[in-house]
Amino acid sequence: MKLIEVKGLQKSYGDVHAVRGVDLEIDQGEIFSLLGPNGAGKTTTVEILEGFRTRDAGSVSVLGFDPQTRGRESRMWRNRIGIILQSSSDADDLTVVETINHFSGYYSNPRNVDEVIYSVGLKEKESALVRNLSGGQRRRLDVALGIIGSPELLFLDEPTTGFDPEARRAFWALIQNLRSNGTSILLTTHYLDEAEALADRVAVINKGVIVEVSTPADLGGRATSQAKVQWRDGAETKSEKTDNPTSVVTALSARFNGEVPELVVTRPSLEDIYLEMIGVVDE
Amino acid sequence: MNKIPSALELGIRRGGLEIRQFARQRESVVFTLLFPVILLAIFGSVFQNTIAPGVTFSQYFVAGMIASGLVNTGFQTLAITIPMERDVGALKRLRGTPMPASSYFIGKVILIFVSMVIQIILLLGFGVAFFGLDMPTESSKWLTFAWLVLLGSACSTSLGIAFSVVPKSGRGASAVVTPIVIVLQFISGVFFVFTLLPTWMQQIAAVFPLKWLTQGMRSVFLPESFAAQEAAQSWELQKTFVILVIWLAIGLFFSVRKFKWQRT
Repeated sequence: MKLIEVKGLQKSYGDVHAVRGVDLEIDQGEIFSLLGPNGAGKTTTVEILEGFRTRDAGSVSVLGFDPQTRGRESRMWRNRIGIILQSSSDADDLTVVETINHFSGYYSNPRNVDEVIYSVGLKEKESALVRNLSGGQRRRLDVALGIIGSPELLFLDEPTTGFDPEARRAFWALIQNLRSNGTSILLTTHYLDEAEALADRVAVINKGVIVEVSTPADLGGRATSQAKVQWRDGAETKSEKTDNPTSVVTALSARFNGEVPELVVTRPSLEDIYLEMIGVVDE
Repeated sequence: MNKIPSALELGIRRGGLEIRQFARQRESVVFTLLFPVILLAIFGSVFQNTIAPGVTFSQYFVAGMIASGLVNTGFQTLAITIPMERDVGALKRLRGTPMPASSYFIGKVILIFVSMVIQIILLLGFGVAFFGLDMPTESSKWLTFAWLVLLGSACSTSLGIAFSVVPKSGRGASAVVTPIVIVLQFISGVFFVFTLLPTWMQQIAAVFPLKWLTQGMRSVFLPESFAAQEAAQSWELQKTFVILVIWLAIGLFFSVRKFKWQRT
């Protein structure tokens, strides 16, 4: 069975058709990333999957359960998922360890509180009041609260917004570690390098529909697209698009007798492909 | 797989957590718990007259302050703090966990009830010590007192939760909620003797629970003979019970049906 299965999902707010027929299939054990500009229907889609919003049409199954069902079954379902929201700024008069401890009591099979605190790197701050944490520490606490119930599926919304590069790397390692322990993850992000570093597959959503689903390396024919070879010829910078960059470089090398001045070989970045897909072509 | 904890068990744990958090916010502890005492000190010192044989204004005022304490602690506190919790995403986060909504509400009920009991003890202690407050001696009066406190806090808590959907944001909540409470206090016989108010004002007040709570509390703290001076020449305890139950039902209905976990 698929972990998440979405067919023909639609949602409107008044006259605005936020989601106009989204289909998605996400497998067990993968990190799946949903990419898209603001207003593309990304948040609406995820919030429907998380059970925060109802849908207008289509079918949705998350862990074999319809998220908009309420009642006891819904509790059992929430017991199996973890949600890390985009912007929570609740700054409580509770310590880190008190907060995590309390949340662990909501679940039938919580992870060990100490282990979780350690794994998100908050060991030194465990006795600090939540209101006194820095932004990055706050985010780590969010993660801790999202994973304390040992979820089978974790929703991760814009996890590293506002992080410095070092903190982002550390965070990515944490997420990869979760996946290797068997947690499936649905990641929404603005950062393409983040999707590239973490995701097994990505889906690009634009104007309420899925434009493409692929691995980050293959998205938009990226793996097979032409490479650009660029070098310096006297005062001039020259470039050539080619399917066979190696032979171009070999020929250049012969011409320059060895070293080619300022040689650069590039393929379109995930960002180039993505911008093209969502209709922002930046030449 | 272990069993998922029951809603009641989680509610009690949430109550403990709410109390711990409340106790750590020193300003609001002082404000919530001591404010009625401060008001009693001011009004008790300014109005030292007797309003009927053997009934001082302090006596009359304590009854009103306990009643309006029920409204402040339940209705006002919740209708202001819940929108704030919603604004910062705390409610949405809770909604994403297996904690049931009822546990959240039970936690709030526990918080309100505990802070109400502390407030009443402070107010009565202060009244007896400094303003010659006479405590009732008959057990029937204490029984009335007990059901008024229980039903009054239940009513005010449920209405506070229900009203929490009205303020658009946490920042504006206080501006929406506070005037309602203050106006109710003025027209319900907390700051003034109720029967001295114009009739139309009394009639408006009679729609809302505070008037009935204050009148009920007067039946506890004022001599039996004072009943004759009430608007209906009686304490009207049965009617009070019915009206509070109706408001409780309205509060519960809207709390369950309309509660908002996230900003839209």
